[in-house]
Amino acid sequence: MIRGEAFRITILLAAIGALAALVFGEIESAGRHSAWTASELALLRSLSIDSLPPVPPEPSNALADDRRAAKLGQQLFFDPRLSGNGQVACATCHQPGRRFTDGLPKARAIGTARRNTPSIVGQAYSPWLYWDGRKDSLWSQALAPLEDPAEHGGNRMAYVRFIATDPEYRASYEQVFGRLPDLHDERRFPPAAGPLPDPALRASWLAMNPRDRRTVNEVFANIGKAIGAYERRLLPGPSRFDAYVQAVVDGDQARQREALAPAEVAGLRLFIGRAQCIQCHNGPLLTNNEFHNTGIISYPGDLPDRGRYDGLRQVDEDPFNCLGPYSDATTDDCSELRFARRGPELIGAVRTPSLRNLQGTAPYMHKGQLPTLADVIEHYVTAPEAMIGHNEAKPLGLSRTERDQLEAFLRTLSAPVAMPAVGESAP
Amino acid sequence: MPAGRNVLLFLSVVAACIGVASAAAADGWVSSRGLYRIAVNPSLDPIPINRIHRWMLEVETAAGAPVQGAKISVTGGMPEHDHGLPTAPRVTREPSEGRYQLEGVRFHMNGYWEMTITISGPAGRDTVVIPVQVR
Ligand code: HEC
Ligand code: HEC
Repeated sequence: MIRGEAFRITILLAAIGALAALVFGEIESAGRHSAWTASELALLRSLSIDSLPPVPPEPSNALADDRRAAKLGQQLFFDPRLSGNGQVACATCHQPGRRFTDGLPKARAIGTARRNTPSIVGQAYSPWLYWDGRKDSLWSQALAPLEDPAEHGGNRMAYVRFIATDPEYRASYEQVFGRLPDLHDERRFPPAAGPLPDPALRASWLAMNPRDRRTVNEVFANIGKAIGAYERRLLPGPSRFDAYVQAVVDGDQARQREALAPAEVAGLRLFIGRAQCIQCHNGPLLTNNEFHNTGIISYPGDLPDRGRYDGLRQVDEDPFNCLGPYSDATTDDCSELRFARRGPELIGAVRTPSLRNLQGTAPYMHKGQLPTLADVIEHYVTAPEAMIGHNEAKPLGLSRTERDQLEAFLRTLSAPVAMPAVGESAP
Repeated sequence: MPAGRNVLLFLSVVAACIGVASAAAADGWVSSRGLYRIAVNPSLDPIPINRIHRWMLEVETAAGAPVQGAKISVTGGMPEHDHGLPTAPRVTREPSEGRYQLEGVRFHMNGYWEMTITISGPAGRDTVVIPVQVR
């Protein structure tokens, strides 16, 4: 432990060192590419895809990195038989050709969903899923749409039965997760059941022996774990912006000009500087995956979305959360859930989306309230009062030209999805 | 160099010092009333953005004796932006005398943060503010 005086000396030495580093850094970068200071360059590098660490482990899913699980998950993701009406797959809304979104303000399948379909690309890096963070892992998230009456509209008993009766799924499931339970006794395992709003399904579920319910939940959770193992592999590819940062690092002016036009560079400067976008859209995925109230107006006819305030309560009570009986994690692995922040400042806060999925994913925001990127920038320029809670963003004084530059920069972040290598490609 | 630039440079140096001071593993702080000395060791160094991690807090009396069984609470935030931490960190155990495991620390923005540690021990209640530069 360093004591007071020693500490002051450390500060002094650090000051001298930092001053030298800054002055020389400044001169050096001025000589090489005349544009970015050393600290700006550090910010640029922090946004580059080259700074993206390996996909973080998902301790709650023991098979998260298992290839066969991912392959099974990919099949399930694209299979419409995994639905109440045999017509809805995850890919109905998360369409690979649209960066795993659907182009609608609010998603639609059997009914209309509550919110806008986000991309799945890069989500493995987020401790929280959904706009309101009501799920804390990909596998647990995947279970919700399957039973949502507006989405896949099925029930867990039927899904488990489907996996057990389809010979191909049965084989791949047992290869990955071990033996399926014997479901032949229909008095113990009815054809349809689940803890759902539907009174009949709910009644059959509650009539089941708790041990049998647990058995069904285990297989249901494994369906999610396979899908999650597939989704983990969907990552953003390198964009023009990333090529630019590399060229700046290398001091290669020609490659810098090739990568980004001057207006795009000006937009980048605004993004990390005066427009303050980097406060929330930071790191290589351009998101802090945190919850913020940015005063987005509510969807016509909807009450304002309470966002994270409700989402946190839901994840706390979710039997499929990190601390629950179907999770493979130890308590120590569940820090995000155990140390989640609570309080009224979460009212109206939603999760910051990555900006690496903007191309072809309009409309934007949690209910698709804003049709274009120009509208998004306009919104940040005015920073209106929030309808509930408090808008954290402050109005920005940006000229017409600057707004266009910022938009031009956002477009440089797009690149094709780095598709997973799990056998045959998506159908 | 124009004057404005000099001021900026000076500010960056100040910010940089804070960064250097807080990033090092074993720097010590004295609480505001001088009751305790505290050192912090983050489990990830340099402290990264957007990653949850732990800090080991080492608490001593002014005379250098480890402080056992203290009640410790931690809050934090970005003074410039007027907001708090994205998580609610808590001390979960005292693995050895005077050493406290703080869990659930995460910073979600680049820039200057402050962590306020309140120690209630035999000598009384005192606080220490620890600067953290996240980049
Ligand atoms: C009816 C369209 C629809 C279907 C079908 C659907 N989703 Fe979604 N998905 C959505 C919507 C809408 C959201 C956001 C909902 C919210 O945040 O409240 C979402 C959110 C997600 C997220 C979280 C992304 C993020 O940014 O937090 C993932 C992951 C995801 N879905 C995966 C799946 C999987 C896996 C399936 C199939 C088991 C599936 N979805 C089926 C519409 C759909
Ligand atoms: C205070 C944190 C914060 C700041 C600062 C911020 N954003 Fe956002 N951004 C968010 C959140 C949260 C959302 C989602 C809001 C919603 O849906 O209600 C979002 C959504 C977006 C979207 C829509 C993405 C999508 O897929 O729907 C874009 C584009 C965007 N921001 C760009 C910017 C730009 C450009 C700036 C700087 C002018 C900026 N943001 C500043 C937090 C922030």
